[in-house]
Amino acid sequence: MIGNLWHRTDRLARNLSPAGLALALVIIGAVPLHIPGYARVVPMLPLMAIYHWTVFRPQTMPAILVLVIGLLQDALTGLPIGVNALVYLIVYGLVLSQRSFFVGKSFAMLWLGFVLVCVVAAVATWVLVSAYNGILAAPSPVFFQAIATIAIFPFVAWFFLRWQQTFLGYD
Amino acid sequence: MKEQPRSAHRAAAPIKSLAHRFVYSGLVIGVFALMLLGKADAVLMDRFRAQISDAIAPILGVLGQPVDAISRVIASVRELSSVRQENALLREDKEKLLRWQAVARQLEAENKSLKKLLRYVPDLGAGYVTARVIADTGGAFAQSLLLNAGAGDGVGKGEAVVTGAGLIGRIAVVGNRSAQVLLITDLNSRIPVIVEPTRTRAILAGNNSERPGIIHLPPGATVSPGDRIVTSGHGGAFPPGLPVGVVASVSDSGIRVQPYVDRSRLEYVRVVNYGLRGILRKSLPGGDGGKRGDKKP
Repeated sequence: MIGNLWHRTDRLARNLSPAGLALALVIIGAVPLHIPGYARVVPMLPLMAIYHWTVFRPQTMPAILVLVIGLLQDALTGLPIGVNALVYLIVYGLVLSQRSFFVGKSFAMLWLGFVLVCVVAAVATWVLVSAYNGILAAPSPVFFQAIATIAIFPFVAWFFLRWQQTFLGYD
Repeated sequence: MKEQPRSAHRAAAPIKSLAHRFVYSGLVIGVFALMLLGKADAVLMDRFRAQISDAIAPILGVLGQPVDAISRVIASVRELSSVRQENALLREDKEKLLRWQAVARQLEAENKSLKKLLRYVPDLGAGYVTARVIADTGGAFAQSLLLNAGAGDGVGKGEAVVTGAGLIGRIAVVGNRSAQVLLITDLNSRIPVIVEPTRTRAILAGNNSERPGIIHLPPGATVSPGDRIVTSGHGGAFPPGLPVGVVASVSDSGIRVQPYVDRSRLEYVRVVNYGLRGILRKSLPGGDGGKRGDKKP
């Protein structure tokens, strides 16, 4: 009985860890690093978490969690509430529907998939911000941010893969 | 025995996926509604934002400390290598500044006596709140910072945020122990300024790039690269004369201003309470301090 309870708590904690990691990435991404020019190209860390866990462990990344991550990001970044939430939900729906395409493929394919996701997210953010403010925002910052995000992805993905093998290695 | 649950499971699968799809589209529609609501009722969204940033502020405050310490060490090591040159430069600057000081003293005395002659009504003294920058979320569209001081520390909405070098932005959202700063580079930032050499009034408009533009220049006004831009104090939100930046380029596509403040180096900032809000509230009916004509692009 006790053992069973312990086992279930342990399993719950492991299953909740992707959510915790994603939320932590939102907060870590907000810490000022005092690197000149960094603020312009700060990579979209939560996007990586959503992508990775939706591909590999979709049961740990429900849509409502994606919404919460997006809202937290919106509240911290000062963007109109809902912009990131909507972008993340769009990406989530896209990845979930094409999931079978990514699973079991090489890392290069995974990265390529992320490039597509990143482009979709960047364009969607740009469209939403422009529409919300009623003006065309300068497109170049989005471009540089997407490049930075794509470049950082392998490092974060490696960490996620290790985490997954260590803590979510069942099934 | 085992056949029955499996077939039940199989029958339930499409329903489950349908339910998931239903939840998903519900959430998407909900977020859309939230965005529209935010557009209609900005105050409600600001309160929501303030609550979240209040909750996260202590975590960010702790996380930022080691980063600040490391960046301070790096900066001091970097400074060591150029101590000699800097010393020479500073000595030179000091000579220049001493000469300026003499001029300033003379002007101050003259100013004082002239003011006395004219019965000039002095501006209100400004109060300061010093706060640490605990979050710079960065990104392509987010031109805002989070400070670890809020309404509880005397920070109010609309107040100017400055460093020694110049203006950074204004307070957009105030929580109890945190406040969000809208940088002058943000799309929604509109600041009444004057071009210092010609005393021409204009509006500094953020455009999401590192160099905000100048709009609403009166016809025939001349602006040239190198002109200093300072706040005008019109509209009552900011004190007049805060340095903002210098004109970097003038072209057909617009006038670009290079701000004095480097965003990446911000660690501590000052929030200026100029004491104007009280006056505005009393004298202007409906002057609630929230609408200062700077929200509309």
